[in-house]
Amino acid sequence: MSKIDSSLFEIGFLDQLATKDTPLHLIDPRIKLITTLCFIITVVSYNHYDFAALVPLILYPLILSAAGQLPGPYLRRKILIASPFAILVGMFNPLFDQQTMLQIGTISISGGWISFASILLRFVLTVSAALILVASTGFASVCMALSRLGMPKVFSTQLLFLYRYIFVLTDEAQRMMRARSLRAFNKRGTGIKVYNSMLGQLLLRTMDRAQRIHRAMLCRGFTGDIRLNKELKIRTFDLVFFAGWLAFFIMVRSSNLPQAVGQLVLRITT
Amino acid sequence: MSHHIVEVCDLRYCYPDGTEALSGVNFCIHHGESVAVVGANGAGKSTLLLHLNGCLAPTVGRVRIGDNPLTPATLQQVRRTVGMVFQDPDDQLFLPTVYDDVAFGPLNLSLPLEEVDTRVRHALNTVNCEHLSSRPPYRLSGGEKRSVAIASVLAMRPDILVLDEPTSNLDPRARRKLINLLQGFKHTKIIASHDLDMVMDICDRTIILHKGKVLADGATRQIFTDDALLEQAHLERPLSLNHHGQIRVL
Repeated sequence: MSKIDSSLFEIGFLDQLATKDTPLHLIDPRIKLITTLCFIITVVSYNHYDFAALVPLILYPLILSAAGQLPGPYLRRKILIASPFAILVGMFNPLFDQQTMLQIGTISISGGWISFASILLRFVLTVSAALILVASTGFASVCMALSRLGMPKVFSTQLLFLYRYIFVLTDEAQRMMRARSLRAFNKRGTGIKVYNSMLGQLLLRTMDRAQRIHRAMLCRGFTGDIRLNKELKIRTFDLVFFAGWLAFFIMVRSSNLPQAVGQLVLRITT
Repeated sequence: MSHHIVEVCDLRYCYPDGTEALSGVNFCIHHGESVAVVGANGAGKSTLLLHLNGCLAPTVGRVRIGDNPLTPATLQQVRRTVGMVFQDPDDQLFLPTVYDDVAFGPLNLSLPLEEVDTRVRHALNTVNCEHLSSRPPYRLSGGEKRSVAIASVLAMRPDILVLDEPTSNLDPRARRKLINLLQGFKHTKIIASHDLDMVMDICDRTIILHKGKVLADGATRQIFTDDALLEQAHLERPLSLNHHGQIRVL
């Protein structure tokens, strides 16, 4: 259980990072959100055999994390935690797609391996971009940006609450687990049956809590939307930030930079 | 709304599963009074409090707050008048920062932003928590959470404060601070609690609930020295009262 505890602590750490005061943190949340979306769309728009062409996009997370003074080891660890999903998605590509695509000396590389590598690279790019967005903006501001950009209030409110109560819920789950393990001897009492009723119990408690929270909200005049006392303002710098990155994405997407650089090197050396 | 009277007449409430939690409660509380509602677990204290600002609607009977009977039409007005502090502050603090949470009520009243800001600062100042305003509520200690929960209600400027177990889960110093804070409030206060020593400090009047009915209603000192009555209500004489009904000097 200490694992859940510490990984939750690490989620909380994202919030702490969001309170820093770097130029990246000061950019309007909406601008950062849209830029991140553009980046993700650019990354996923590539053909599944593209690998080298994607490489220049690594600059985006690298530059942003440096500008936002976000700790690299922490971000890497977070990416690593999510990596099993991506590995599972691409794992069978090398098995099914064995057609040789690339020949380096005597080693031939199949299409499957290339697409696998491409999936992993895309995964690293998109997840790091999302992490950087949250770490430099804060979850609440991301939710607010989403609703300002037209996301239905129901969803943004849900998202906000999910984030707020995940800590309370895991706390409750943890207490139940502890209570069970203290009275479970020789693995008796740890079976699926007990697990089922614990899950049910957790659901009921959650519903009870939801009702109490709703009451507390009604008592303070809640009528359907959460208003936050913050004003967002887009500055010229924010627009420059967005336009600059957009130009970069378009440039990388429309020309194969690594190939061009390679050809240039070849032309110079020969 | 000059009198802030809380009047409860023949209040009965059945939970949907058929349990009768309140079976005919009557009392009247006047402006500026501090009243404790005490009783055993399951005596109906929390259920009663939930009726005072319309979180629950009575099965039979009626509740009157000030000049208005509590009806769906007056609900919003009543909720502005009666500020409710729940037992678990985690239920009450649901926004990303303390500031947002305290501002939630005033913003819902559609007040201008500067007014909201003034109220939030004033409320946080009252409970000595200005330094917490940008912190996320789930990172606070129990005592801090409680204070912020009270601030979130104070920011609505209610006339009547209703508190459910305000001193539960607090360490002695946090409890003492809270008692001092509550003593300083001019509001009409209705407090449900098992902490009878706290009741002694804050409330002049006590209502004992027992099995959904009012068992006794009178001066706190008198009630807490009636051992037979306390025994019947599953209560005990508070430690600070000796057998002669005097405050014990240590």
